[in-house]
Amino acid sequence: MWRNTNQAYGIIAIALHWLVAVVVLVLFALGLWMVDLTYYDTWYRAAPSIHKGVGVLLLLVLVLRLFWRLVNPKPAPEPSLNRFERLASGAVHGLLYLLLFAVMMSGYLISTADGRGIDVFGLFQVPATLTGIPNQADLAGDVHLALAITVLVLAAIHGLAALKHHFIDRDRTLMRMLGRSAPRPIKGYQSRPSSNP
Amino acid sequence: MRNRYLTAVSLAMAIAIPALTPGQAQATAERYVIDTEGAHAFIQFRIKHLGYSWLYGRFNEFGGTFTYDQDDPGASQIQVDIKTASLDSNHAERDKHLRGSDFLDVTKYPTATFKSTSYKETGFNKGVLEGELTLKGVTKPIKIEVERIGNGPDPWGGYRRGFEGRTEFVLKDFGIDYNLGPASRTVEMMLTVEGIRQ
Repeated sequence: MWRNTNQAYGIIAIALHWLVAVVVLVLFALGLWMVDLTYYDTWYRAAPSIHKGVGVLLLLVLVLRLFWRLVNPKPAPEPSLNRFERLASGAVHGLLYLLLFAVMMSGYLISTADGRGIDVFGLFQVPATLTGIPNQADLAGDVHLALAITVLVLAAIHGLAALKHHFIDRDRTLMRMLGRSAPRPIKGYQSRPSSNP
Repeated sequence: MRNRYLTAVSLAMAIAIPALTPGQAQATAERYVIDTEGAHAFIQFRIKHLGYSWLYGRFNEFGGTFTYDQDDPGASQIQVDIKTASLDSNHAERDKHLRGSDFLDVTKYPTATFKSTSYKETGFNKGVLEGELTLKGVTKPIKIEVERIGNGPDPWGGYRRGFEGRTEFVLKDFGIDYNLGPASRTVEMMLTVEGIRQ
């Protein structure tokens, strides 16, 4: 149950999925909020430092998640999915990973533009590497915001699609990511015990 | 032999005469270009941090010219254009904030300009320069205390002249009203220019 099977996501994959989802949402809100804080706000210094620290940790989680995805079987898409849905969902999943990495890289390039590293809650430092591009912090900042908004839009599409599968198509797409492996009973259909499940 | 002598004399005169006669009587101001190429000019600012210390920064890209007339210093003029995006306070994230709309809004106002309107020497190597500063789209008169540092030939065949100016102004006067605290409402600017005579 920790690992994936061909049919279902394991606990680790499910936990990583929802952890990333929640942290991305929190970081997005925190990011928007912190840039409008005024100089004398208590959080003026703490909020960006939390945003950066959590961002770096999220990068580690995402790497772990990709590694886990690589060494686990990939549950087959629900049979009810048509060709377009299979292609589109695959593309959105891939894009989400790609964009999340790009968002983190652009954020890293803001904070390290002058050679300063990123301190992660006093645990360790991420050193600067690429520095000194003209207007690096400003450019990276524009990219960071634009990509973050794109991630949110894609995530919204991803989430709406899951709800559509749940409520309209009435398939198990959403339930699988919630760890419910049993098939949903079809309305009005009385399942009978069978020797051939 | 004689011919050659004559040629030499007329050549010498041809060079010397134009250099002697025109312009010298009517006081022509010497024109100088600020030596930003050799970085012998600095536009720096400082502002109090919370009232506990000074924060220093500078603008790395600017340019300008000035004229100076030793016989009539009051006729001297200067114009400096500053690229606001070149702000540098040795901290990329702070610079990003200072370039943004809370402060200089450099995409909307890429250039700050100072243009002198009058100059008065007030003592030995001292003067007051008045002029108009345009910053964040606002033009206001400011007064710069000037110190004449020196002038003379440089070792490479040129002639240089340098000044240092100090001024201070209230940020809010130029539409910058981000609250940095009561001790940080005014900014001091220090302008060091060395001009190469043209």
